[in-house]
Parts: sequence; structure tokens; C-alpha cells
Amino acid sequence: MSQLASTPGTARQSLKARLARWRRTPIFYPLIGFIVVFIAMAVINDNFLSGSNLSNLARQASIIAIIAVGMSLAILTGGIDLSVGPVMALSGTIMAGLMVAGVPPSLAIIIGLLVGAAFGAFNGVFIAFAGMPPIIVTLATMGIARGLGLIYTGGYPISGLPPEFAFFGRGSLAGIEMPILIMIAVYALGYVLLSHTATGRYLYAIGGNEEATRLSGIRVSRYKLLVYTLSGTTAAIAGLILTSRLMSGQPNAGVGFELDAIAAVVLGGAAITGGRGMILGTLVGALLLGVLNNGLNLMGVSPYLQNVIKGLIILLAIYISRKRTP
Amino acid sequence: MTPLLSLRHISKSFPGVKALQDVSLDVHAGEVHALLGENGAGKSTLMKILCGIYRQDEGDIIIDGKTCDFHGYQDALNAGVGIIFQEFSLIPHLDAVDNIFLGRERRNRLGLRDRPGMIREARHLFDRLKVSIPLDCPIAELSVADQQFIEIAKALSLDARILVLDEPTATLTPSEADHLFTIMRELRKQQVGMVFISHHMEEIFTICDRVTVMRDGEKVDDCDIASTTPDDLIEKMVGRRVENIFPEHRCDADYNDVVLDIEALRLDADGPEHSLKLHRGEILGFAGLVGSGRTELAMGLIGATRPVHARISMEGKPVRLRHPASALKQGIGLLPESRKTQGLILPFSCRDNISLNNLTQFQGALPLIRRDQESRTAAQLMASVRVKAPSPETPVGDLSGGNQQKVVIARWLGHQCKVLIFDEPTRGIDVGAKSEIYALMKELTARGVSIIMISSELPEVLGLCDRAAVFYHGRIAAELQGDDLNSRSIMHHATGGLSS
Repeated sequence: MSQLASTPGTARQSLKARLARWRRTPIFYPLIGFIVVFIAMAVINDNFLSGSNLSNLARQASIIAIIAVGMSLAILTGGIDLSVGPVMALSGTIMAGLMVAGVPPSLAIIIGLLVGAAFGAFNGVFIAFAGMPPIIVTLATMGIARGLGLIYTGGYPISGLPPEFAFFGRGSLAGIEMPILIMIAVYALGYVLLSHTATGRYLYAIGGNEEATRLSGIRVSRYKLLVYTLSGTTAAIAGLILTSRLMSGQPNAGVGFELDAIAAVVLGGAAITGGRGMILGTLVGALLLGVLNNGLNLMGVSPYLQNVIKGLIILLAIYISRKRTP
Repeated sequence: MTPLLSLRHISKSFPGVKALQDVSLDVHAGEVHALLGENGAGKSTLMKILCGIYRQDEGDIIIDGKTCDFHGYQDALNAGVGIIFQEFSLIPHLDAVDNIFLGRERRNRLGLRDRPGMIREARHLFDRLKVSIPLDCPIAELSVADQQFIEIAKALSLDARILVLDEPTATLTPSEADHLFTIMRELRKQQVGMVFISHHMEEIFTICDRVTVMRDGEKVDDCDIASTTPDDLIEKMVGRRVENIFPEHRCDADYNDVVLDIEALRLDADGPEHSLKLHRGEILGFAGLVGSGRTELAMGLIGATRPVHARISMEGKPVRLRHPASALKQGIGLLPESRKTQGLILPFSCRDNISLNNLTQFQGALPLIRRDQESRTAAQLMASVRVKAPSPETPVGDLSGGNQQKVVIARWLGHQCKVLIFDEPTRGIDVGAKSEIYALMKELTARGVSIIMISSELPEVLGLCDRAAVFYHGRIAAELQGDDLNSRSIMHHATGGLSS
């Protein structure tokens, strides 16, 4: 009798304990928020759940989502990278310009990605070795990257790209659109880096207590350099997708993308002060932004009002997660 | 004559610790009263009670014959108590006038800031102190001494009649300290009562009228300065102690085997050149007062700060330590003074804190961490230092100070460290955990590890160290060993050698 009575009780308790543990992870509230908004949108719009719409949604969200991976690394270490939008545009226009000049697409893509990485490393040198605040460094280089892109293109979009280049933005593999596949691949790499390598642990440690990490014998500067290099690289990958999708190099692309990427990271449960966050949370945050954009568009809400609604939802989401998370 | 201030039978307990036991102290108007005692003797606690920051469990604070009931710092200020903390509470970007009147700016008839009026008042205050301080430059540009004088002026502007000076000379040059004493004499003439906390015998005999000596939370004695000697005071401060919290003394040092040889280490261009040897299995104490340069030397040694010049060898081979990472590679680890700000990653679990600088050991062919191996090693290390925690996954912030310190120790045990530097390893830790940490240190030396222990607690240095370097004003004043390693000689060298 007592056996019977106690068994469900302990089961319930362990479920409770598991739930409590779940609630402590940074992804818990973002996931709930995502599900709530997702269901709401599905109820309001008949077309929301259609396969083509969901695929659209994911593709539209992919660019911000990929930039947000690099942003997650920066924010996790207690920093930030404001230069991602212009770096994305710069890398994309360089790819386009090279291809128009006759460079084979594969080489042009590699050079474009290296430009992004190099620009990120440029940020990293000032932040890691000169000890300057990331927000100031990347604010300054944001202007530099934008300016370089405009100088390179003369201010005009570069068109006339080889048709096979459209694969990365418009093609698909095994029935999945390329932007979505690339996004999944970047997140998979980000997840392995943060959760399964020593480097990832160091990034959390730097955000949690930089001085303690340094005194433990970890070369903090090197890892900070790596973080901004990777952030430049993910921005360049986003530039690849955008340029391929539009089939033109747009020097003015990506205005305000850094803010969307920061929003995705914070909506994903990361602490803006560093040390806390999950890469999958960032994916949830980016998709949440995507669902809002898509759903509000379907509802025919004016774009002006969309901005207000999105801002209010971000405030509400962060208010709830800050109050609830220990 | 009734004293200006009278603390009567003050007792105070913190969880697990009796901080003060029946302490009484009288300060008369126009008297400079020295409060003397080792770190942890209860001076700061007593002063915090006087300033309303803590509340006494028992006893009374009587000012001008009236019993006071302080519920906060503001109450103490209103009653005429001013305190000059070691760390100033000034705003660096504001000038002297704005700092003095912060939060109670004088206003003119239009309700705007009456700056000329405030400047007049400030000038009057500084005249009273007989100092001249530029009134309109940010105080960050002034010397430490000037900032301290501004603190004093601010206290006086609040009509303080009792002034507590908590180690005011620790950060001053000798001539600045002289200036401070001139100001204190001036205030004495103006019938201000002062409590002066200092470890420097010389200063106490220069400026003070009376002295109260505290030890282990109790008052040992009070007397006129004229009727005592420095040696007498040190004797009372140090006293005789029960030392059973230390492991049985056993010297593991092999004095024929030098592990770490600091041949020359110069931290500042105009600073002294340090040289020091550490032997295998030895516990070398860095004794001295807070701020005497012990931590700075340790930080410079491991490359956490950049020394101007360093010639160091490990086991006979010259090494360059440019970063804590290179020190780690050579087998030197430092357990910093402040666990929370320098030692631990507070959001991390015990396991993640312990494995922080051991992670590469858990990698296989791919650079991926093997979680099971990591957890197993962390659990073993936790067991070996006897961390009391529900599980290795427990956030380290949930543990007590003693267990947190053990987590930091465990982190370094994962390496084959030859030298470990413990900076104030038992600060803020209860007696039981202290004794466990001492035992752990002895276990390490038995295994041939050499230890440098920076400690401000005399009993700790005496109970544990085989040898001690005593620091005074940024240099090593003496290296003591054997019979010379006793409390009187340490205090003698740590206070500038005046007391013989």
C-alpha cells in the first residue's frame, strides 16, 4: 500500500526537480515565449502554418540568425559587436565585385569570407590587446566598414553576377533551402564550440569573471581575438547568402542588423553582461523575431506599427526572463 | 569630566563568530585615541558599530552623556560621528566643493546652486584645517593626501565632533602623513575627539594621547601613551594564543633543493629589487601589513602584472613568466586574495570551476571535452580537498567561504604544480575550515610542493610557516627563520623596525 502510494509521489517529485532544473537553464523562458507567439500567430492567420510560409519564415530569419551566432560569442564574453551589418555588406560587395571582374565564384566567396574574418580580427586586436571597450571599437569600425564598402562600389549596387552563384541564396539541397541549411550548419558548429570544447568553456568563464580566468592561466586576449574574428566571419557568411539571394552586391545592406542580432541573443536568454547564454537560445530568439515579422506581415499590420509591437514584445520578454531567472 | 564618546560593554556576534566581547572605549574631547590590534581583532567591527553600519547585540553608545540608538550611518552622522574610511567615498570627477556638499548643495533664492556660497564655506573649512587645496579641479587630479583632507573637511562640514580615521596613513607618503598630523593637532585644539587606527608604532607615539589594545574581539588594555612603550603594546596585541588549529609542526623543507629562485625582480622602475629563494616542500610566509607590497610581488612573479625586470629560475633553469599561463606551464599557481572577484567564476558549478584550467586534459583525438572524464576528475579532486557540496553541479556561489576556497585549491591540484602561492587563504573563513585548509597545505608540502603563503594573520604565519619574509613599505625588510621567527620580531620588522 505504502509502496503504491509512494511511487507516483517520488515520480512526481523527480519530474518537479527536472522541471526546476529546466527552468534554471537560460533557454527555458525564450522557448516558452516562442511557443506562445507561434501558437498565437497560427491561430490568428490561416496561412501561417503552411509549409511554404514556414520555409519563407526560416529563410528570412536565417541572415539575422547567422549574424547572431557571432554576436552570441561577443556578448557571452561580456562584449558586443556593432560592426556586423557593415561587415556583412562589405564582404558581400567584395564577393560580387570579384565575380564581376572574372574571379571564379568559389575563390570570390573564400576571399569575401576572409575579408569578414580579417575585419573581425581587426576589431579583436583593439579589444583584446589594446584593452579598448568593445562597444567603442566596433562603433568606430562600423563606420569604417560601411565606408570601405561604399568606396569599393562607388556607392552603387554591383549586379551581373554569374547565375550559378544564386545557389547559396535561392538553391536548395535535399529539399531544404540553402540559407536554412547554412544556418543549421553554423548553429551546429556554434553549439559544438560552446558546449563541447575547452575554448567554449573559456568564453563562458571570461564573461563570468575575466580576472579569475586570466589568473587561472588562460590567455584571455587570444580568446577575445578569436571571438571577434568569428563574429566577422559569421557576418560574412550572412553577406554571402544575402548577395546570392539578391544577385547583387549591396553596399548599403544590413543597416540596423546589429540591433536585430543583439535582440535575438538577448531574447534567447543570454545575459547582456556576459557569462550566461546558450547558442540554441539565440536560435530561438532569432526565430521568434522571424515569427513576429512574418506573422505581423500576414496580418497586414503597418510596418510602422510592427516596429512598436516588436519593441514592446522584446521589453516584455526580457522583463519576464530577468524576473524569473535566478 | 564626562567623555565625549563612551562605548560601553559592546558585544557583537556574526553567524558562527563572536566578533566583539564586552568592549568599552572612552574618547574625550580634544583627545587622539589609538585603536590597536591585529587584523581580525575587532577594530573595524567596533568602528562600524560606532558609525551605525552594524548594530551591537549588547552595550551602549553614549555621546555627550546621551545614549544613542543608531539605525544607520545617517544617524551616526547626525550625532556628530564622522569616519574616514580607507577607501574614499568621493566622486573622482567632481571638484572639492561639489564633493563636500554632495547631496546637500546650498541654494540661492532662485533655487539654483549657490556656488559662491559653497566655495566660501569650503574655503572656511580648509582654513580651519590650515590646508590649501585647489577648489575647482576634479579631485582625481589631486594627491591621495589632498583627497583625504577633503574627506576630513567634509566630515567637519557635517559638524562631526568625533572623527574616526581608519588607517589614514596607509596610502600616504611620510611628509603627507606629517601634514595629516598637523591637521589632527589643529583639530585637537578645536576639541574634536579622534579615534586613530594604525599599525605604525611610530605614528601612534607621535600623535596619540591614549591607546586601547584589542585582541580576538576583546579589549586587552587601555592606557596613556606616555606610560607605555612600543614593545609593551606589541606584547599586548599579540598575547599568548591557543594554537591547536594548526597541524603539528613538521618541516618538510629540503634546504639543499631550491625550487624557485627569484634572483632579481623589480616591479617599478624606481622600486626595490627583490630576491628570494623557495625550497622544495617549504612553506614560506609573506608577512607584513596590508598594503606592504606582498600581493604585488606575487602578481609580478607569475606575470599577472608586468615587472620592469625579472630574472627567475625554476629548478635551476631560467624561465620567463610573462603571463599566468606561462607560470602555469612552469608549475606555478596563484590562489588570489579575493575568491569572489579574482578566484571563482561565480555563475559556474563546482565542477566547471575546478576543471577551468584543466580542460585540455580531458580532450581526446578531437578537441572535444570528454564530459564523463571531466566529471570524474572533478569529483575526485573535490573529495581530496573535502569540499562539502551537494553535488559537483552545485553553483559555486551557493557554498560557504571555506568550501569556495577549497574549490579554488582543487583547481590547482589537477596540475603537477611545484609552487603554489596562497594569498590570504583563510580570510573570511571560519575556524574549522581554516584548520582543514592548513592541513591541506601540509599534505601538499609532504608531497614536495612548495608554498608561498601571504598572510596578515600572525598566528597563521607562526603556526604554519618554515620561514617568513617580512614586508614593509614595498620591500622585504627581513627573512626570519627558526627562533627568529616569532611574533615580536615579525611585528618589529612589519612596523618599520622602530619598536626595538
